[in-house]
Amino acid sequence: MKQLMTGNEAAAEAAIVAGCRYYYGYPITPQNELINYMSMRMPQIGGSFIQAESEIAAINMVYGSAAAGARAMTSSSSPGISLKQEGISYLAGSELPCVIVNIQRGGPGLGDISASQADYFQAVKGGGHGDYHTIVLAPSSVQEMADLVYDAFDLADKYRNPVMILGDAQIGQLMEPMEFHKRPKKNLPQKTWSLTGAEGRKRNIVKSFYPVKGQLEEFNAHLQRKYKAIEEHEVRYETVNTHKADIVLVAYGTSARVCADVVRKSRQLEFKVGLIRPITLWPFPKEIIRKISEKVQCILTVEMSAGQMVEDVRLAVEGKCPVHFYGRTGGGVPTSTQVIKKIVEVVPDNLANTLLQLAEVR
Amino acid sequence: MKALYEKPKTFIDTPTHFCPGCGHGIVLRLIAEIIDAWGIRGKTIGLAPVGCAVLAYNYLDIDMCEAAHGRPPAVATGIKRVHPDHVVFAYQGDGDLAAIGTAEIIHAANRGENITFIFVNNAVYGMTNGQMAPTTLVGQKTATTPSGRDSINYGHPIRVCELLSVLGGSSYLERVSLSSPENVRKTKKALEKGFKTQIEKRGFSLIEILSPCPIYWRMDANEAMRHIDEEMSKTFPLGVVKDWTQ
Repeated sequence: MKQLMTGNEAAAEAAIVAGCRYYYGYPITPQNELINYMSMRMPQIGGSFIQAESEIAAINMVYGSAAAGARAMTSSSSPGISLKQEGISYLAGSELPCVIVNIQRGGPGLGDISASQADYFQAVKGGGHGDYHTIVLAPSSVQEMADLVYDAFDLADKYRNPVMILGDAQIGQLMEPMEFHKRPKKNLPQKTWSLTGAEGRKRNIVKSFYPVKGQLEEFNAHLQRKYKAIEEHEVRYETVNTHKADIVLVAYGTSARVCADVVRKSRQLEFKVGLIRPITLWPFPKEIIRKISEKVQCILTVEMSAGQMVEDVRLAVEGKCPVHFYGRTGGGVPTSTQVIKKIVEVVPDNLANTLLQLAEVR
Repeated sequence: MKALYEKPKTFIDTPTHFCPGCGHGIVLRLIAEIIDAWGIRGKTIGLAPVGCAVLAYNYLDIDMCEAAHGRPPAVATGIKRVHPDHVVFAYQGDGDLAAIGTAEIIHAANRGENITFIFVNNAVYGMTNGQMAPTTLVGQKTATTPSGRDSINYGHPIRVCELLSVLGGSSYLERVSLSSPENVRKTKKALEKGFKTQIEKRGFSLIEILSPCPIYWRMDANEAMRHIDEEMSKTFPLGVVKDWTQ
């Protein structure tokens, strides 16, 4: 049955549906609905909720529960996620599965509490120290938030790796009808490495410290093999009207909703606008972007940042077509009119007239 | 023939990485003795800190977990919530517990986490070549207080047991030392009390152990032991600081 929920609450309940019984968090806007919801629900289902003394403590509590073999989650927003980076690096280094929700707000510094996508670099390029990756999933609706949080726990367990849900203030606070789909249980590896007490077996050690020369390089090679497997098997994206498109927009999350509107409005024109919406930001859907770039006149990346994902788009395109960028910063959300104006600006002159019609259509 | 003295089974037979005269080996051995005597190897989970004791898991044959610098109280909390009937302890030095991890230890104590904390205080950062610790004595020379710690510029040594004693969630706090065989025996009793507090679900316990670091105190082993008795114990008086387990 469908129900009306905010993205933040949907993320919380989806975690519970996925079997998460350990949640640790620290209040920060715009993700407060999530921590509040968990404080109400966890005691009802025999789970554990702690309002930690800091984001640092919260991520380390997650580390502990993950090391103990349980499904654990924390959530925060941009400044709080910065504080969690130390813990995320250790989680990656100790190969601990967990889910971290980042409901992005404007930055840098304390910034503001409006929607933003300015943490893309931090999320997909590592964020903390060392050669590591978190799997990054970007929902663009409340329904997708619930679906991706559920999948995030499976992915985390499958690869023994932290998974980040990269949302923003709009996806987190927006209310939409949604429902929880319980999926068939996946055949996931047993957590034989976890800390349960060494009764009747050899002891387990959860660590990321490799002081003997050569061991750390070997461990990093293992991590890189794992990341390669994730890149091969876990890429997700959605394409809209990319077949025979003249220009393709690339956007995720809230920006992708705006771009979907642009695609809808342009349908009646001869000039075809398509959309590639990455769902996994890491691994990045570079193959499909590269393929499509060979057939279009140009690509326009739209973000709520000064231009972060556009770098990965350019790397994927490898110069096969021009890649343009339109972005809003500091909590600004692009409107479809602004995106259309940008399209008019970047398309070849002979098509500009057609597009002006489009601008009038709205 | 009955053996009067043996290596505890839980204590792994491996070359030590600790410096000559260091106290960590004694404390780790005492933990192993208690685990053996109480038969709790299969339900004990330990936390190693960052600092000299980062490799504590090299010596204890139990499930163990590393934590980022200062974070063992938070990580231990996460483990204990999953395994509330296991014995969970965190082993921390003075930099880990009383400098970078101050927030974590205070709030673990204040929540009354049912965990045992073993706080080895040697008043110096040994792992990084002997810099000032939060517990460095006034006047003590270290790599970063070359003319001795002066309290106007560097503050005062932090008395962790006293600091935590005012919190409603702390149950058992005791300070002991390793300066003599008698004090080592007292340390073992204090550790037993700490573990017992947890097993009986009486809440947060912390045993602070004054431990020698002859290398960075620039002393020989005997002088270091005397230094604990004659100097360190003045700033950090031995004894039970709080007992709310009754």
